[in-house]
Amino acid sequence: MNQWRNFSKGFFKENGVFVLLLGMCPTLGVTSSAINGLGMGLATTFVLVMSNTVIAAVKNLIPDKVRIPAYIVIIASFVTIVDLVMAAYFPELHTQLGLFIPLIVVNCIILGRAEAFASKNDLLSAFIDGLGIGLGFAMALVMLGTIREVLGSGSFWGYKFIAGDGILVFVLAPGAFIALGFLIALVNTVREKTGGIKGEN
Amino acid sequence: MARLESSFKNMLLTLLGITFLSSAGVGYVYEITKGPKAETERKRQIAAIQAVLPRFSNNPLQEKYAVPTEAGDLIFYPAEKDGEPVGTAVETFTDQGFGGRIRLMVGFLPGGNINDIAVLEHTETPGLGDKIERKKSNFINQFAGQNPEQFDLRVNKDGGDVDGITAATVSSRAFCEAVQRAVEAMNAKDKNIKPIIVEVES
Repeated sequence: MNQWRNFSKGFFKENGVFVLLLGMCPTLGVTSSAINGLGMGLATTFVLVMSNTVIAAVKNLIPDKVRIPAYIVIIASFVTIVDLVMAAYFPELHTQLGLFIPLIVVNCIILGRAEAFASKNDLLSAFIDGLGIGLGFAMALVMLGTIREVLGSGSFWGYKFIAGDGILVFVLAPGAFIALGFLIALVNTVREKTGGIKGEN
Repeated sequence: MARLESSFKNMLLTLLGITFLSSAGVGYVYEITKGPKAETERKRQIAAIQAVLPRFSNNPLQEKYAVPTEAGDLIFYPAEKDGEPVGTAVETFTDQGFGGRIRLMVGFLPGGNINDIAVLEHTETPGLGDKIERKKSNFINQFAGQNPEQFDLRVNKDGGDVDGITAATVSSRAFCEAVQRAVEAMNAKDKNIKPIIVEVES
């Protein structure tokens, strides 16, 4: 397997947010600022890499009929570990992300990659896949978070550049959908122009 | 690439093994993060108390006590400097916020005046109710130095002395309610204290 292609597909061709359209809940929920988006993206990447690796390592020991519960327990354990470590060493980020950290367990990207890739490929490929998809997810969250923060709060990565509020709708739910919708449209336009959609090679 | 067949025995053993290893792993991480987590929590509380009281030299967390009110217990943190009391920080709350519970730390001076207030936690609307935060507007500054006996802790709209936040009356009212609760508890505290046993860190 071409590991470079395996890694890079997570950023554009098979980006979890813009192309696979998975993991929408945390994407919309925590991207009111760029830093929150980055924090969530990296936490999810850690869980994705660990769960992909472990599942690829033990895939032959898991009987087919119980694979979903087995994957979920593995994923949930890593999410709990992330939650505990964040609460101990990154308390402000932990408070900001709040409920969304435990919700990483049900992020469809993680179970999706476990089922579609990690359970069918070797350890190294699964690790690289997790890393690529995870960092691509983080990139998407940072893009969305930056846009929403600049438009909605008038600040860039925490540094306010206007006095007062921005266009408030962008730090609320409707604005998240609007911004994400435009980003997906942009990505799709680029994919069409580069022949991506009509003939994925 | 032969996977284990899905016999009852295999399924049972695999799930048993996975859950056992998961519990062991999570339990281990829990143990090693327990200390830093408690330390972070302690630091956060001390910072909140420092924000609303003059300098102190004791550890208010070790001397905290609870005062019951009709809505629940409020925690009091007495502060001293060189043996002299410099004030009391009261952790108060309201559930009347537009987005639910608002938690505040109110610092009282020994005479009963409000020294300052800090917002601990809230889920008010960005751009409206979140103006109770110090960095979002001047709303919270009007309480510093006020004497609750003379400063009517209700919004102007309700006949009081507090300038509410424009278009965020519910949040302003809720904020005042939380402060009132702290004042009432301050006045009642000499009659009714519940000591809190502080666990010694091992």
